[in-house]
Amino acid sequence: MRKKEIIAMVLAGGQGTRLKSLTKNNAKPAVPFGGKYRIIDFVLSNCANSDIDTVGVLTQYQPLILNAHIGIGMTWDLDRKFGGVRILPPYQHEAGGNWYKGTADAIYQNMNYIDYYNPEYVLVLSGDHIYKMDYNLMLDYHKEKNADCTIAVIEVPIEEASRFGIMNTHEDGRIYEFEEKPKKPKSNLASMGIYIFNWNKLKHFLKEDQKDPTSSNDFGKNVIPRMLKEGAKLYAYKFEGYWKDVGTVESYWEANMDLLKEDCQLDLYEGVSKIYAVDYSLPPQYIGPEAAVENSMIVDGCTVYGEVRNSIISRGVFIGKNAVVKDSVILQDAKIEDGAVVLKSIVGNGARIREGVTVGNGKEIVLIPEKKDVKENILEG
Amino acid sequence: MLRDYMGVILLNEDESNIRSLTLNRPIASIPIFGRYRVIDFVLSNMVNSGITNVGIFVERNSRSLVDHIGTGKPWDLNRKIDGLFIFNHTLKRLVQEDVNAFKYNMEYFFRSKKEKVVLSRSRMICNINLEEIAQEHERSGADVTIVYKKVNNDEMFLNCEVLNIENGKVIGVGKNLGMGDTINVSMEIFFMSKEFLIQAIYKCMQEGICSSVMEYVYKHVRNHDVRVYEFKGYLGCINSVSSYYKVSMDFLNQDVMQELCSKNGNIYTKSYDSPPTKYLNGCSITNSIIASGSIIKGLVSNSIIGRRVIIEEGAEVIDSIVFSRCIIGKNVKLKNVILDKNVIIEDDKVLIGDNKYPIVIEKGSRIHL
Repeated sequence: MRKKEIIAMVLAGGQGTRLKSLTKNNAKPAVPFGGKYRIIDFVLSNCANSDIDTVGVLTQYQPLILNAHIGIGMTWDLDRKFGGVRILPPYQHEAGGNWYKGTADAIYQNMNYIDYYNPEYVLVLSGDHIYKMDYNLMLDYHKEKNADCTIAVIEVPIEEASRFGIMNTHEDGRIYEFEEKPKKPKSNLASMGIYIFNWNKLKHFLKEDQKDPTSSNDFGKNVIPRMLKEGAKLYAYKFEGYWKDVGTVESYWEANMDLLKEDCQLDLYEGVSKIYAVDYSLPPQYIGPEAAVENSMIVDGCTVYGEVRNSIISRGVFIGKNAVVKDSVILQDAKIEDGAVVLKSIVGNGARIREGVTVGNGKEIVLIPEKKDVKENILEG
Repeated sequence: MLRDYMGVILLNEDESNIRSLTLNRPIASIPIFGRYRVIDFVLSNMVNSGITNVGIFVERNSRSLVDHIGTGKPWDLNRKIDGLFIFNHTLKRLVQEDVNAFKYNMEYFFRSKKEKVVLSRSRMICNINLEEIAQEHERSGADVTIVYKKVNNDEMFLNCEVLNIENGKVIGVGKNLGMGDTINVSMEIFFMSKEFLIQAIYKCMQEGICSSVMEYVYKHVRNHDVRVYEFKGYLGCINSVSSYYKVSMDFLNQDVMQELCSKNGNIYTKSYDSPPTKYLNGCSITNSIIASGSIIKGLVSNSIIGRRVIIEEGAEVIDSIVFSRCIIGKNVKLKNVILDKNVIIEDDKVLIGDNKYPIVIEKGSRIHL
């Protein structure tokens, strides 16, 4: 029987309530990012660039846009005969059906899918993180350590460590303790929510976890602590580079602004491991005769007559004469009419800022919901 | 929708006045407007009109074209039923003789269930609704309908075929030598039945008078019912370096751009997954078209910039066209220049061409002081 060495399972069912109107009609992984991407493009491109050709995407909340975006996976070369991308929503079975209760439950309910490929290893990923990573290097490490589970970790400033799930390790990288948001962190190694499991081991622990009615069936809360308790070999794999969980409107805005920094660690311009995005066949961008553009990113289909500074402009956006867009993220097909002013704001897709209207105050972030027609000044979020 | 039509694109186009851009490629795959290739327009026009069967007849130098077209996915032409066919992309002696190319591939025509044909070249750049013309063609009962446009006679259409029209019928066809104020230029889009095309090919072969089907139609307008359809939109013709430059500069006009890119449907092209274009501090951009993936620190004015171009600080790119992956060094000055792909201009270099006859720098050149 044909089998795969490793397959990836991408958790993409989260609602992302803290992103407010950005996830009103959209799952968090499908939120647009960086002008031409959606957040999940990063994980799927990482898979493609790491030669992982079998990817299950676990969806639950508002999957319409996400499903349409992923399609048959052609964008990431994931349209394959054996393998490829598969969207895995919760389903009914003989004994009824349930929503995915937690991250581990989502994988448990799709054991059949994984068994079909009979892989040696399962890579569990979050669909809502922004980073570039070669998972092969992590797999090499996993094999070298002869681990049951390897968890990718990133060093965070110790004063921020209490916001993360922290891994406490021995010198050789073996994890002896996992603390979720510790008050007094012992280390600064934060879990990135990226796991490689030996499938046989994971299967065993998923089944054990299901037997426990008090469990919330979550990797971080239940499965990893149980594995540690039962003496399984868990190792931490240190990742160096850019990584961001865009959980809130603030961090979403920051991650976008990070792309504009001169010393941004997330290099979108090197040609080897590209981030792939769906192509919408739009004309190239046009920058008008009196436009002023500085320190910004603009994509296909945009028309700019006004002033754009420190901003990310997504596809199909129109910026009229004498309009000013500063420190902002403008999502696709939004229209900033002549003389309008947009300061430190996130303007949702298809929104319209009418002539001469001012949005934002330049201090706190103002979020304009998708398709909103803004006729009067909105100075506060 | 043109369900009963097959599209046939002939790429043995006259390259004699555009050599510098066709050293490595046919006219059809010359990059244009930053992110497109010339053939994208005719292909997208066909697909947007509902044609699902397209045969492309190409001669030498087809690597770039075949790479661009691939399986036809961007145009939705990667099909089980019908789809895309590329013929003779290694045949060497096809120049001006498309009948030869057809001769070896008659089975393509016999096998298809489609009964009618749209025959076209690639060099006429327009966004046209072919459905309307097909309806007109079928209503009139003509053997052949040729699409034309009444144009002011400028250099762009030199050497193009000119139609002599009387009461909606073609009574003679000549070559444009630049005489006369307005001319009816043939847009090289022909509507005919498949049967007519097959008979025309046979006659060309047997009588040996004509070596191309278009030529056969032009020469026999009096023997057949050849009618015309007038196109009123924007038309550009890529038949020389200066016409290429003219069409590109026309594209900076927003009305022309909107029409060409979206009037009767979008223009599709191969995706390169380029990141967004990054404009850095100190850059200055006016009236320009920029494709994605570029990094711009210098000045760009009245220009068209392709994908993944790097323009360093202090550089000035004015009235120029830069193809993808070029690198323009610090304090370089370019005016009226066309840089083919992968050109590197080292720091402080100055290149100035004429606004009618721009300088073309060949693909992959490195220009230094």
